[in-house]
Amino acid sequence: MGNKVLMKGNEAIAEAAIRAGCRHYFGYPITPQTEVAAYMAKRMPKIGGTFLQAESEIAAINMVYGVAGTGRRVMTSSSSPGVSLKQEGISYIAGSDLPCLIVDVQRGGPGLGGIQPSQSDYFQATKGGGHGDYHLIVLAPASVQEMADLTGLAFDLADKYRVPAMLLADGTIGQMMEPVELAEAQEVTFTEKPWAVTGTKGKREHHVVNSLYLVPEELEKKNFERYERYAAIAKNETRWESFMMEDAEYCVVAFGIASRVSKNAVVAARKEGIKVGLIRPITLWPFPKQVLADAVEQVKGFLCVELSMGQMIEDVKLATGGKREVALCNRTGGMIMSPEEVLESIRKLAGGDK
Amino acid sequence: MTTQILIAGFGGQGILFVGKFLANKGLLEGRQLSWLPSYGPEMRGGTANCSVVLSDDPVGSPIVHKPDVLIAMNLPSLDKYESAVVPGGTILVDSTLIERKVTRTDVKVFYVPATRLAQQNGLGNLGNMIMMGKTIRECALVSREGIEDAVRTVVSAKHPELYDVNLKALQLGYEFV
Repeated sequence: MGNKVLMKGNEAIAEAAIRAGCRHYFGYPITPQTEVAAYMAKRMPKIGGTFLQAESEIAAINMVYGVAGTGRRVMTSSSSPGVSLKQEGISYIAGSDLPCLIVDVQRGGPGLGGIQPSQSDYFQATKGGGHGDYHLIVLAPASVQEMADLTGLAFDLADKYRVPAMLLADGTIGQMMEPVELAEAQEVTFTEKPWAVTGTKGKREHHVVNSLYLVPEELEKKNFERYERYAAIAKNETRWESFMMEDAEYCVVAFGIASRVSKNAVVAARKEGIKVGLIRPITLWPFPKQVLADAVEQVKGFLCVELSMGQMIEDVKLATGGKREVALCNRTGGMIMSPEEVLESIRKLAGGDK
Repeated sequence: MTTQILIAGFGGQGILFVGKFLANKGLLEGRQLSWLPSYGPEMRGGTANCSVVLSDDPVGSPIVHKPDVLIAMNLPSLDKYESAVVPGGTILVDSTLIERKVTRTDVKVFYVPATRLAQQNGLGNLGNMIMMGKTIRECALVSREGIEDAVRTVVSAKHPELYDVNLKALQLGYEFV
C-alpha cells in the first residue's frame, strides 16, 4: 500500500484489468483510447494472455462474446463510434447472460464526430444501445484512480450477476496522468462456471450459451429472470459520492470529468456564501435515484452539469419527480465548460438568494 | 495551495515531456497532481500544450483555464494564453523563438533564450528543460532537491545517456540570470 505511480487513465484501465485476472483483450484502435490496446499488446504476450487486434470493432466484440462463454475474464475497449459498431454484439452478450467488460472512452459525436472528450454516449450506455430488454452495469470513473478501481469492480460485478459491465470514461480521464495506487494482482485461478461452455469431455450435459429463444414463453421467462437480477443490482450496487451536501441548499449533479470541473465551482460558490453541494453518480446504471429523491426535501434546486446536449438530466428529472427546478450547464462536441461557467449557472440557480 | 501550470509550444519541443518531469517531481514530493496533454493531430507538428496542476488537496479540474504559471515556447502560445494568466502570475518566455515582449504589466515575466542556450551547450532541443530549470528557481513549484530522481524517472531506460543532458539543461536554466 502507499505505492503510488503516475499513469495515464487508459493505461490504468489496462493494468487494473490484468491485475483483476483478465487475460483476453480484443480491440480495434481509435482515439482517445488507443493506449489501452497498446498497453495490452505489450503486456499480454508476456503473461500468457491474448491480445488480438481484430479486423473491426464488430469482430472484436464477437470475440469477447466467445471468450465470455467460457467463463474467463475478457474485455474490449473503444471510443464512441467504435462502441456504436459493437452494439449488436453487446445485445447478444446481454441476451446470453454473460459477464464481460466493455470500455468506452467517449469522444464527441454523433457520427464520426471529433476526438475531444464528451459524455454524449450516456443514453447509449444506460438506456440500451443495442436492441431488446437489457441493461449494462455502467460505471463512470472521475479520476485515474477510479479508472483502475472501477475496472476491477466492473469485472467482479459482471461475474457476480452475469451481466456485461461498461466503464464509461471520456477522453480527458483517458489521456490524463494522476498518481494511482493499484490493487494487488489477483491470481488467475479458474474455477469452472456452472454455465460455461468448456467442453463436456463426455462427462456432463452440455451447456448452452445462446440468445435465440423462438418460443415466446421461454424468452419472456428469460427476460423476467434477468430483470430480477437487475433489481438486485439496483438494490445492492448503486454507488455515488456526496460532496459538501451536509448543509447544501442547492445540488449540482455531475459525473466523470464534468464532476471534477464542478467541484472547483462548488468550492468557489461556497466562498461567495452559496450553500451548494455535489452528488456524483459513480454508477450511471443503476442510477442513484434514491439519494436524489431524498435531496429534494433538502435543496431548492438542482444543476445538471454534463458534456452533452442534456442526457443525464432526464434521469435527474425522473428521480426528483418535477418537485424542484433542474437546470442544465452543458458543453458538447468536445468542448469542456470552465469552472467559471458552472459557477455562473450555480449563481443563476441560487438567484440572489444566498 | 494549488498551482496551475500551462506549458505550450510546438509539437516536438518536448512540451509533454517537460510536463511529465514536473508531474513526477511533484509525485516524489508527495503532492497531489494531474497532468493533461492536448492530444490528437496537433501532436504531429502543430501546437502542443500540457496542463499540470500541483496541489496540497485533491485536484479538482485537471484542465488549466487560468494558469498561475505559463511557459510559452512559441509565439502562437504566447498570443493565445497571455491574457489567460491570473493577475500576479508568472510568464516564462523562450526569447530565442519569441521576439515580442509580454504586454501584460500585472504578471512577473522572465525571458530565457532557451533554444539558443541549448544549442550553444550541445544540448540539442532541450530548451524545454532549460525553461523548467528557470521555472523551478523563480516559481518554487517544486524543490530543487531531488531533481535527479525525477529526471531518472522520466528518461527512458533505453536511453540512459539522456539523463546527463537533461540534468545539465535543468541546471543551466536554474542558474540563468
